[in-house]
Amino acid sequence: MSLPGTAARANAMTPEWRNRMLTVRGLRHAYSADRLAIAELGFQVNSGEFVAIVGPSGCGKTTLLKLLAGLLKPSAGSIYLQDRIVSAVPEGLAMVFQEYNRSLLPWLRVRANVELPLRYQAINAPERNARVARSLQAVGLAAFERLYPWQLSGGMQQRVAIARALAYQPKILLMDEPFASVDAQTRADLEDVVAKVRMQFGITILLVTHDIDEAVYLADRVIVLSSSPSRIVAQIPVEMPHPRDQITTRASDNFVAIRSEVAKLIRRPAEEATL
Amino acid sequence: MKADRRSSIWLNAALASLQSVGARYGLGLAIIIAWQIAAAQAGSVFFPTPLEIVVRSGELWFSGPPSHFFLSEGVFKDVLPSLMRLLGGWALAVVVGGSLGVLVGRSRVVSDIIDPALQFLRAIPGPALIPIFIILLGTEATMRVSLIAFGSVWPILLNTIEGVRTVDPVQIDTARSFQLPFMARMRRIVLPAAMPKIMAGMRVSLSLSVILMVVSELVASTNGIGYRILNAQMMLLLTDMWCGMLLLALLGYGLNATFLQVERRVLAWHRGARQRDDA
Ligand SMILES: Nc1ncnc2c1ncn2[C@@H]1O[C@H](COP(=O)(O)OP(=O)(O)OP(=O)(O)O)[C@@H](O)[C@H]1O
Ligand SMILES: [Mg+2]
Repeated sequence: MSLPGTAARANAMTPEWRNRMLTVRGLRHAYSADRLAIAELGFQVNSGEFVAIVGPSGCGKTTLLKLLAGLLKPSAGSIYLQDRIVSAVPEGLAMVFQEYNRSLLPWLRVRANVELPLRYQAINAPERNARVARSLQAVGLAAFERLYPWQLSGGMQQRVAIARALAYQPKILLMDEPFASVDAQTRADLEDVVAKVRMQFGITILLVTHDIDEAVYLADRVIVLSSSPSRIVAQIPVEMPHPRDQITTRASDNFVAIRSEVAKLIRRPAEEATL
Repeated sequence: MKADRRSSIWLNAALASLQSVGARYGLGLAIIIAWQIAAAQAGSVFFPTPLEIVVRSGELWFSGPPSHFFLSEGVFKDVLPSLMRLLGGWALAVVVGGSLGVLVGRSRVVSDIIDPALQFLRAIPGPALIPIFIILLGTEATMRVSLIAFGSVWPILLNTIEGVRTVDPVQIDTARSFQLPFMARMRRIVLPAAMPKIMAGMRVSLSLSVILMVVSELVASTNGIGYRILNAQMMLLLTDMWCGMLLLALLGYGLNATFLQVERRVLAWHRGARQRDDA
């Protein structure tokens, strides 16, 4: 293990590492001696890839994202962002929290909320303003920048949280059920916003969701986790071209086939447990 | 016809506002009138009528030359020094209580080390410290300002500790994940989040400051509102004594009202967010 703040470098030059955004090895996390949240996880995410993580409620998905973001220290295992080991909160990483309404600051207006992280980056004022405007535009909230978060609906608040992460222009974006608790139409719109900005900025995205359809619709690969303490049950590639479409993609044979495969995998461990 | 209607609208509005003023200040007004009548009937030198007190107050404080905005010498010799010491002591309490509160509230180590000492010091009534403060700090403004600060720091300190301890961990995690440096996290997240509690403490300690200001001026002093009241009583200028009390009441009321206005502005977001939560 390296000291916090120092960056141990892996073999940067090998082709295997050059295209790699995230590497997780033997990751394990226990909140306390008798509370094992993550048993053992190992996976990789390539640059520009969109990976969805699905798993039953309470299986440790939020814990996994917090570990990746350097907000928690793993009990064992290692995490690399590109070729640097994650030992503190890493640069170039943004997170959209599951508790979106609590992660927005009620004393700041929408605009200031989106702008705050940029004030502590080496970005000049014009560039900062441009980024804030562009990301609010992308989530369709340009007209609401002068309001406070608590003056917005739940779905709009989620969009502010997404805009804040986009304005930060991270190399990797972690999203923890960012579309929960909005109506179906808003949800579909937000999914398409994320798919679009991802193509636009080439961000690597790790999306946690327990909606199988959403995972398959958005991702290049779906990682299925077991119930707590979590392990990887399967990784399923989603070979469908981008851009995708809410109606035609979801109706395609390919989509339906992958979707039911994932659904079966999620159900299987539970069935085994009841036997 | 048209003018008629307009004037009746005006009349209605005037009546309505009179009614609301009546509802708010009616009781106070009734008490003052009753006091006036009773005091006039009794004719006691110890209890002058409100009217006499107001007239005498005018002579005491508003009989100065125009160049001094009609404020008389007493204002500059007694009222302003009192006010300066009060605000100075309170400001010191805000700065010390606020920064110490953030430290104690956010750091286990600091909290474990100084919490017992704080609990002990807190139990000492401020006025009991006057003798030792006089020995250590003399009888000048320093002593009085320190006393006011010491006595009024506790509500701010305790509320700040409580406030910064209960900051939503999601807000802290958010700030950390976006790489806000430590000082920025304190200034931009922890302080604003704790501000509703901190300001509640500041308001309580403002009233405490008024009390401590008066107490500090009753001992070994040469000026100030408290000194004037005591002095008037000893020289049997009883109306002057009542004038000092009236001034203190008005001062306390005015300070509190001003602070409430500031608080309303600073914490507008908090009221809005809370209304939203309740709905
Ligand atoms: N701070 C904590 N202290 C102790 N245990 C915790 C803590 N946070 C989570 N856990 C436990 O760890 C396990 C995984 O929690 P986690 O929040 O990661 O699940 P999740 O997959 O995100 O669930 P959901 O889908 O409901 O959001 C749960 O059993 C939970 O009770
Ligand atoms: Mg979760």
